[in-house]
Amino acid sequence: MSSPGPLLFHVGASHQRAPLELREKIALPPERAAALHERLAASGLAELALLNTCNRVEFYGVAATPADIEALDAAFCAVTGLSADAYAGIRAHAAGPDAIRHLASVAAGLESQLLGENEIFGQVKDAYASAQASGRVGPVLNRVFQKAFQAAKHVRTHTAISEGQVSVANVAVELALTIFGDLESSRVLLLGAGDIGEKTAKAFKSRGARALTVASRTPERALALARTLDATALPFEHFSRHLGDYDILVSATSAPGSIVHASDIAASRAKRRGAPLLLLDLALPRDIDAEAAHQENVYLYNLDDLAQIAARNLAAREAEVARARALIAEKADAIWQQIVSRHGA
Amino acid sequence: MPPPTDRTWLWFAAACYLVGAVLGLVALLRERRHSRAAMYLILASGFTFQTFGLYLRGLAVGGCPLGNTFELVQFTAWSAATLYLCVGAAFRLSLLGFGTAALAAGLTVVSLLMPSWDAALRKNIFGGNAWIEFHAALALFSYGVFGLLCLVALMYWLRDYGLKRKLLGGVFGLLPSIRDLDHISLRLLATGVTLLAGSLAVGSVWWLREPASVHLPKLLATVSVFAAYTLALILRLRGILVGRRLALACAGLFVAALLSIVPVDASRQAAPASPETAAP
Repeated sequence: MSSPGPLLFHVGASHQRAPLELREKIALPPERAAALHERLAASGLAELALLNTCNRVEFYGVAATPADIEALDAAFCAVTGLSADAYAGIRAHAAGPDAIRHLASVAAGLESQLLGENEIFGQVKDAYASAQASGRVGPVLNRVFQKAFQAAKHVRTHTAISEGQVSVANVAVELALTIFGDLESSRVLLLGAGDIGEKTAKAFKSRGARALTVASRTPERALALARTLDATALPFEHFSRHLGDYDILVSATSAPGSIVHASDIAASRAKRRGAPLLLLDLALPRDIDAEAAHQENVYLYNLDDLAQIAARNLAAREAEVARARALIAEKADAIWQQIVSRHGA
Repeated sequence: MPPPTDRTWLWFAAACYLVGAVLGLVALLRERRHSRAAMYLILASGFTFQTFGLYLRGLAVGGCPLGNTFELVQFTAWSAATLYLCVGAAFRLSLLGFGTAALAAGLTVVSLLMPSWDAALRKNIFGGNAWIEFHAALALFSYGVFGLLCLVALMYWLRDYGLKRKLLGGVFGLLPSIRDLDHISLRLLATGVTLLAGSLAVGSVWWLREPASVHLPKLLATVSVFAAYTLALILRLRGILVGRRLALACAGLFVAALLSIVPVDASRQAAPASPETAAP
């Protein structure tokens, strides 16, 4: 039995079914997207919006007949070079209220790889704006997207789906904020110029940290990273003498044993006149002597501690999924009823 | 029906503070922040009732109502509420409103439930000497500041406890940052010491004129409280007494300051009422 209302649909593939190799293949950079739209020029697709991120390629549209959706599938396979069978294996499809439900869930971060992440909301907004700019959205998709944004915002506000940080780098920054309030006046020393240290330093930078210093056993890497981060570089052999100048120490070297000793921390405390010190040991094996944690106003967190906090936050988000989905289902049904009453079959 | 007495208004004030404390506690148990506007309104209502109650008491005793333990404790609670209403919003600590409500509720309810604390209604204890009255009021106001300092210190201790044990969610997530709490503690400590120093300076002028007029236990208690807080401030500024130990010291000193009210009040019972013997 066909449902009343326009033939609103969602079709596409995402990380939920498509492994990375396939997602690489189906990505739609601008030139491919243009080619796809060219192929669809003569189709009966009245409205069409493309959501193209690293984790999903999805179309939201209004078709005259189911054959128009088949034409879209064929055009997609043609421009990506994916076989129809391979696409069938990863393809997701929904129609009517289910399509609205899916869009709102995506915008709310419920379908994201990192549950509840915020970036996807902006990506969906960009996709809508792009479709609007090219004149591919009409009254149905306008209403669907706008109402889906409202539903997603409602879910993010009224559930804990986006609360707490779930990546190690962001948990580290969140932790610094609970100690220092803001990061603008906090001085950060990064030991090691590897990937995790860089990610963490970038997270600090994005949250307002201004005074960043990098020290690495490979001075060239320290200088390169310092340039990237708009930070200063410090000769590695001098770092222990300058510990008292910093509020936050992020240590992520590949040294075989401790390079920051409890006695170094104790010595630096005199210079700091009792101000709090956050030590983030992101190295394996650990860089910072665990004994340092017993000192007054010194807070030491290692990789496991941060991972556990991230896991707790993620579990808290997961506990909210059912409530978030119920809220979205309720909103999607209401939106669909409005569309049916306004636009009919 | 007889008109409400000063104690009736003070009961109204205690009820308001108690409502604030209960609302704050419920929010805390639900791991939510209470409405700061609602808490401010509740505390302002309590403060208004308490001010009126103390005003009536002041009219009855012919001066600032600081004549017995009941009045001293009520005045300390009033000072803490006053300070919160004046500067609490600037501190941006939502839990401080709950703490102030709880402290004021605790002090006012206990003082109202202890009839012996209000048994002796001493009139005109300052003998019309405005300076002695100012000295006494300033000393008690500094105790109110130390009360708020104690609350901030307890928040600091909790925050430090959570951070050391990697507990960041729940109640711990509602607490302000360690650095904010430290800054506020320092400001309150400096303010309290300055007020108490001012009070002692005014009182010492009188004491130098008539040394025999000041009861020794009262003098020792007051000077000890002042010396202890001043020492804590110096050690904090020198970076020696910091963090958790400073927080515990501030909480302990406030308990000691409250207990010092006993010898202060006892000195009045031991000495005849005169302007010289009246000040806390």
